[in-house]
Amino acid sequence: MSREILIVDDEANIVLSLQFLMRQSGYTVRTAEDGEQALAALREHLPDLVLLDVMMPRRDGYEVCQQIRQTPEWSHLPVIMLTAKGREVEREKGLAMGADDYITKPFATQEVVDVVRRHLGE
Amino acid sequence: MLAPWVVVLASSLYVALLFAIAYTADKLGDRGHSLVNNPYVYTLSIAVYCTAWTFYGSVGLATESGLAFLTIYLGPTLMALLWWVVLRKIVRISKLYRLTSVADFIAARYGKSMQLGALAAIIALFGTTPYIALQLQAVSSSFDVLLNFPQTQLDGSGWWLLEDKALYVVVLLALFTILFGTRHIDATERLEGMVVAVAFESIVKLVAFLAIGIFVTFILFSGPFELFRQAAADPRIQELELLTSLPGGYGSWIAMLALSALAILFLPRQWQVSVVENVDEAHIRTASWLFPLYLLVINLFVLPIALAGMIYFGDWVPADTYVLALPLAHDQNALGLLVYIGGFSAATGMAIVATIAVAIMISNDIVVPALLRLRRFSSEQRGDLARLVVTIRRVVICAILALGYLYYLLIADLFALVSIGLIAFVAVAQFAPPVLLGLFWKGACRRGALAGLCGGFLIWLYTLLLPSLAEAGVLGHFGLVLLADGPFGIEWLHPHALFGLGDFDPIAHAFFWSMLVNLSLLIGLSLLRPQQTDIERIQAALFVDVFLRSERDARFWQGSATVGDLQNLLARFLGYERASAIVHEHGEYRGRRLSETEQAHPELVHHIERLLAGSIGAASARVMVSSIVKGEALSYEGVMEILDATSRAIEYSRRLEQKSWQLEKATRELRDANERLKEVDQLKDEFVSMVSHELRTPLTSIRAFGEILLNNPEMDTGQRREFLEVVVRESERLTRLINQVLDLSKIESGSSEWQLEEVDLGRLAREAAEATQQLFTDRNTRLEVVIESEQTAVKGDPDRLMQLVINLLSNASKFTEPDYGEIELRVGDGHGDTVRLAVTDNGPGISAEDQQRIFDKFHQVSDLQAGKPKGSGLGLAICRLITDAHWGRIWVESEPGAGATFSCELPRAGGEHSTLTGFVDFAERNAARLSGSGAAR
Repeated sequence: MSREILIVDDEANIVLSLQFLMRQSGYTVRTAEDGEQALAALREHLPDLVLLDVMMPRRDGYEVCQQIRQTPEWSHLPVIMLTAKGREVEREKGLAMGADDYITKPFATQEVVDVVRRHLGE
Repeated sequence: MLAPWVVVLASSLYVALLFAIAYTADKLGDRGHSLVNNPYVYTLSIAVYCTAWTFYGSVGLATESGLAFLTIYLGPTLMALLWWVVLRKIVRISKLYRLTSVADFIAARYGKSMQLGALAAIIALFGTTPYIALQLQAVSSSFDVLLNFPQTQLDGSGWWLLEDKALYVVVLLALFTILFGTRHIDATERLEGMVVAVAFESIVKLVAFLAIGIFVTFILFSGPFELFRQAAADPRIQELELLTSLPGGYGSWIAMLALSALAILFLPRQWQVSVVENVDEAHIRTASWLFPLYLLVINLFVLPIALAGMIYFGDWVPADTYVLALPLAHDQNALGLLVYIGGFSAATGMAIVATIAVAIMISNDIVVPALLRLRRFSSEQRGDLARLVVTIRRVVICAILALGYLYYLLIADLFALVSIGLIAFVAVAQFAPPVLLGLFWKGACRRGALAGLCGGFLIWLYTLLLPSLAEAGVLGHFGLVLLADGPFGIEWLHPHALFGLGDFDPIAHAFFWSMLVNLSLLIGLSLLRPQQTDIERIQAALFVDVFLRSERDARFWQGSATVGDLQNLLARFLGYERASAIVHEHGEYRGRRLSETEQAHPELVHHIERLLAGSIGAASARVMVSSIVKGEALSYEGVMEILDATSRAIEYSRRLEQKSWQLEKATRELRDANERLKEVDQLKDEFVSMVSHELRTPLTSIRAFGEILLNNPEMDTGQRREFLEVVVRESERLTRLINQVLDLSKIESGSSEWQLEEVDLGRLAREAAEATQQLFTDRNTRLEVVIESEQTAVKGDPDRLMQLVINLLSNASKFTEPDYGEIELRVGDGHGDTVRLAVTDNGPGISAEDQQRIFDKFHQVSDLQAGKPKGSGLGLAICRLITDAHWGRIWVESEPGAGATFSCELPRAGGEHSTLTGFVDFAERNAARLSGSGAAR
């Protein structure tokens, strides 16, 4: 059974590109447009990995990540942050919030695929 | 009627209580728990002003001349207003130079003149003796009333008894004054026991007087209204016109006011409690409102008691004894006894303080200087003079009280209480010119002060004392002629009508002439023959400028004396131990032990002179010190040089302070500016970060799809087309964003390159609608343009205004549903003299929260539907900048779910803005906005 990735971003076109990349790499994909939707999707059932944008309306990526780490059943879930905020402090903040990895937009498609693979132990 | 033993016992118990209080206060003071360091005790001690005269005499005066009795209390109330200026300066000087009495003060001010000190002491003695007699008379007559009421006329058989009890009182007073008034030789050391006892007496007399007042007003009569009603109905009282007449006329009133205002300061006992016994200058502040209040309260019932007495007794009982007679007539013996004790306390309080005050003057300003002239006491002698000085003071106390007693025996009986008191007031008023002028005018000279005091005093003797002796029959035939026709029948020399000035009452008359003579001599001589000796000029400068100079640096001796000699001199008056302690202390101040043979520093000489002044008076202290200091005292110039060096230092440090204040201010301004810069910097950082985010977002899609297309050449055409469309759309978005950022920065950095011309907003709106036609056609949205007015010309830059309208239109199109969108562009009249342009859509509307922030940069309305192209977040920010620059305003009205209307109003061309030649400057406006927000934070 293929692994499932949850893609969370409020930019429809970015979601579209990530969806294509993940499916091409053999994963099942679900999507969410903001923090609230992301948490709802997590409660529905647990994916194997989350690709999480930071700047979103209604609960940003930091909050969602924190929520994931504070919920015992979700705490082991690999979270990879994607953000257009490129400064070092923001990267550190993301890691401090409990993200497993941090990718800056715009990203190289190969990099995203590699990072996802690595965190799924493949 | 009370049994004699009851009255005697009550009096004895009261005196014993007074001794106990004074003793306890002294002991507490010795142990460091001072009771007098308290503004309330200070105020109560000043209330020693209210003597037996207040207690019994005010009522007597009120029956004769109505409200005139109040002048004696209004004067001090007026003076209390000036206390902070006058009394505080006197207190400061007296403490600094250890001046122990008003005589010492005058002597020190005018070059430490022995003659002046002695003269002032004599005047004080003359003024005080009758006053003490008055108290004795009050006590003894109140005693008689208490024992003999309702019989009021004394017969000869009471004579031995009368003599006896006044004598007892005198002996008790002498004992008390000696015990608690001469504990220390240093007269500047506070007499705590005495002050506390006097303060206590002030409470007793107040309570007693209020008790009788309340009894009369509320128990004998059913309240003040009833009392006044009955009084108004009484024909005898009507005749007197108590409340409407002004006996003696305005001149008399003014004289009384001035006289009592001076008395509160210059009566020896007032000087003692308010200047010498003052612990803290701050207490003066409290006293200056509390003391007038005390006077008000104690006078509250004077008139009611006077009226009640007249209704009850008429002329049958002397008005001075109404206070006692009223309770006794109603068999209220206990109340009568309380009133008696109250009067007793008023009398004894005055007598004690007055006696000690005058005794210090007599001993320090007359006896000690006289003794120092005798060879036996000159500086070669090594005897202990401290004991001698204390003994002198004790003898003087007894002598003063004996004099008062004698005066009482001889003549006091013949006068009303009030007239004796006023005679004393005029005597001490003579101190006013030399002290008050001396405080504020450096030119007032010794010769003038001496002549003025002499002249004023002689006038007093002639116009008040002599007639009073004549009236008493002491002067025999001469006296009778004097009172009838003037001396030897010379009418214009009549003591109550000098030079024919007969319109005044005797007191006002004497006050007028004595003050006129005193002031004219002082001012006249000071102006006519202004040359002063060095010491006079020095003292004048020190007194007048006391608040300007620092005392530690004042040195007046340039001659030499050894430390040992000075210490010995001090030891003769203060005792060996204290003297060596003082020298040791000074050594510590200099930072080393002083040897007995070394030359004393001028400061030590000055210090020791001041200490001696506290014990033997300023003039004598100077004589003593100059007898062992070899060489001259410094000249006026020398002293002033030292003092000016000090004041230069003070001035310098004041300037330094000012500098440092300015520096501080500059630092603060810099810090604020820096804060503002930081804020601007932070705003810029945020802006850059936002721009970076907004640029990266479309770039991400473009790159991702670019790579996907590159890596998947086999992709089917439909998908490839979809992805390529995304790339194109996002590239457009990127371009738009970059353009807008550039626009924004251009607008913000300045509007100097803009064209300022007349623009027809209606036509501009049509052009904008045409330019954006494609946008609406694509989304199948309906756009309607309504121009309501002919006059739509505004002043501004046509390109910027076009940008404004296009931004609003594209914003509207973005937020309406494709195929269903309806947009209206309306141009018409706005508020006031403006043209309004409004764009209304039927989109999802904007929440109240978003309406607040929608014109901020990069503010995105939060709940957008997915898949819609996003704005840059800069369009509306640019709109606001443009309207701001055009002196206009922009706002949004919206109901969520029911569309939104963006409106802007711009001033009509040709109106008040027609003279403008430039746009609103953004750099300035932003700075103002930032500093405004900075201040609010």
